[in-house]
Amino acid sequence: MSEPMAINGDMAIAMAWKQIDPDVVAAYPITPQTIIVEAFSDFVANGEVNTEYVCAESEHSALTICVGASAAGARVATATASAGLAFMWEMLYVTASMRMPIIMAVANRTLSGPINIHCDHSDAMGGRDSGWLQLFGENVQEAYDNTIMAFRIAEDMRVRLPIMTCLDGFIITHALERLEMLDDKTVKDFVGPFRPVRPLLDVKQPTTYGPLAMPDYYYELKYQVQASMDAALDVAKKTMDDFAKVSGRKYHLAEGYRTEDADYVMVAMGSTAGTMRYVVDQLRAQGKKVGAVKVRLFRPFPAADVAKLLEGKKAVAVMDRAMSPGTGSPLYMDVLQSISRMKDPPRVSNYVYGLGGRDLIPGQLTEVFQEIMANKGDRINFMGVRK
Amino acid sequence: MNLKELSHTEERLVEGHRLCAGCAEPIIARQVLMGTSKPVVVANATGCFEVSTSNYPFTSWNVPWIHTAFENAPATISGVEAAYNSLKRQNKISEEVKFVVFGGDGATYDIGFQSLSGAIERGHDFLYVCFNNEAYMNTGIQRSGATPKGASTTTCPSGTCTPGKKEFPKDLTRIIIAHDLPYAAQASPHNWKDLIEKSRKGIDTPGPAFINVISPCPRGWRHDGSQTIALSKLAVETCVWPLYEYENGEWRVTGESLRIAEGKKEKRPVMDWLNSQGRFKQLTKSKFSPVADEIQQNVDKKWESLLKLCHM
Ligand SMILES: Cc1ncc(C[n+]2csc(CCOP(=O)(O)OP(=O)(O)O)c2C)c(N)n1
Ligand code: SF4
Ligand SMILES: [Mg+2]
Repeated sequence: MSEPMAINGDMAIAMAWKQIDPDVVAAYPITPQTIIVEAFSDFVANGEVNTEYVCAESEHSALTICVGASAAGARVATATASAGLAFMWEMLYVTASMRMPIIMAVANRTLSGPINIHCDHSDAMGGRDSGWLQLFGENVQEAYDNTIMAFRIAEDMRVRLPIMTCLDGFIITHALERLEMLDDKTVKDFVGPFRPVRPLLDVKQPTTYGPLAMPDYYYELKYQVQASMDAALDVAKKTMDDFAKVSGRKYHLAEGYRTEDADYVMVAMGSTAGTMRYVVDQLRAQGKKVGAVKVRLFRPFPAADVAKLLEGKKAVAVMDRAMSPGTGSPLYMDVLQSISRMKDPPRVSNYVYGLGGRDLIPGQLTEVFQEIMANKGDRINFMGVRK
Repeated sequence: MNLKELSHTEERLVEGHRLCAGCAEPIIARQVLMGTSKPVVVANATGCFEVSTSNYPFTSWNVPWIHTAFENAPATISGVEAAYNSLKRQNKISEEVKFVVFGGDGATYDIGFQSLSGAIERGHDFLYVCFNNEAYMNTGIQRSGATPKGASTTTCPSGTCTPGKKEFPKDLTRIIIAHDLPYAAQASPHNWKDLIEKSRKGIDTPGPAFINVISPCPRGWRHDGSQTIALSKLAVETCVWPLYEYENGEWRVTGESLRIAEGKKEKRPVMDWLNSQGRFKQLTKSKFSPVADEIQQNVDKKWESLLKLCHM
């Protein structure tokens, strides 16, 4: 373990990539991700990595280049945000279907329009049905740790699927925080060597990648992705256990905070989790039985783990930094499906917040707790909006 | 290189594909892949050729092959080539491998144009081959940026008011040459020697190379499948599709086009070309006959300007 340093989230990801030294990185700049690829370009320019770095002419091409490189037999990483992720959308599905274990940092930023560079989770939510795993980090340390764990989870033979390592735009990407890095050897040993499966560059054993699949096969190929998503839950758990052994930092798919004896629980992802715990502590000091759940792995959704944390609670508030106009927001929907077979399920409300980078103030979360404790509030609420 | 030798080369695209009888695309692909004896990886854009050669769980590909989407085959090969360079530098692979891309005119002139331009500008080492059948055939003969003026397609049909496509096609080969890449050419499958030689150059030249190949499509052009090779020859003889190459900054007409340029072969009237295919049949109506004249004038103008570039 090296000396703790002060560093922003984007730099932390670039440092993790440097330690892992992917064979190929292809990317296209977009705020608030750009620091990652700029920093990594420096590593390439100074010969600090073996990576072939490709400056794509668009995000669609960037991800396509990653797919080509991964199919060829390379370990690959990329990064994007917002419009860039939206521009990749077609290729997200192709990447997962072709079983390419590519790691992509997503610096969560809202989608146009109106154009806005600030944080929310709308961009990542557009990829939630694509067959990518999605890890959300709460702070700079988690952005770094999630990146290292992601390579191992994605490349596991039971998974072989791509992973988005999500971090809140500006709030984590640009904020200076304390980071404890692992030493290079620990990271290299943890991730292990890349093991290609039927690479294109094995010219003696020609493989056809990306064929046409008609109705007689398409469904089965899709189902294989589903089966690997199921397996990924266990692989991710095991990876987090192993990571604790080398780092001393123990993570879970979904993490409860003071939930054991709580009656009222708030659920969120990303940087909001820290604010949530702060508010929980304040209300606990007043004798309120409240707790919090942070969802780290959003895809595959750890439904059983979430259900366990919410079992026996009176009410739950699900905080969504994204919206789905016309219905409930993504995290809310997944929490609902997790508890749908529960005998006496809690009353669950959805709170949309923080869109387009709107600040979240602790007092607002206190109000949400007060609302659900009073059995008040709509099913779906739009926190702080001027109607 | 003679026919006997070629008949012994390894088959890289094998039988069992589902392209129409008389389709020029597999003929072109086999000729292109005869341009090297080294191992190749092929990338393919979505289109007739891709869907017809890779129907899961079958494949006609005897070499490593990858398709990811319609508009991005140049980016796909960029990734494969980047991986190759990286792994070679790290001594993880040793064999020399070549990279070839196939895409239709829709994939090349229109939706994948940016991807191709980007890959050429970045200087990846690959040969891009465009099957130019002058429309989106896989989806049922829709207009593309390569569709010639006066051709009827399902999205620019001839009617009582219009003769088919109103615009001339873009001159993609010259647009690609404007990237000042190491090698670019136009070719036709009837002149296999010329096409194979150009493919060899395109594959062996370090850096990006591009060959635009006229690719008769019996379905879309409305001609008998037995006429595919005859028509690709006629395209050259009428100067509708001149054979030429651009190598290290030098322009050169080749094959029949060279002989026409030297006055050793007749330059046939464009009317012969228009009369040979159903897609142009409305141009014989007196109402649309000025269009046929305009096409002839345009062919002459482009031919003259090509000869100038070739210093002829
Ligand atoms: C993004 C996207 N848009 C549209 C399509 C539908 N599509 C598939 S192939 C094709 C046309 C192919 O035309 P071309 O590239 O000329 O190849 P051809 O089939 O004529 O050989 C179209 C429009 C697609 N697959 N993807
Ligand atoms: S429609 Fe045309 S291009 Fe497509 S397979 Fe048939 S002949 Fe070939
Ligand atoms: Mg076409």
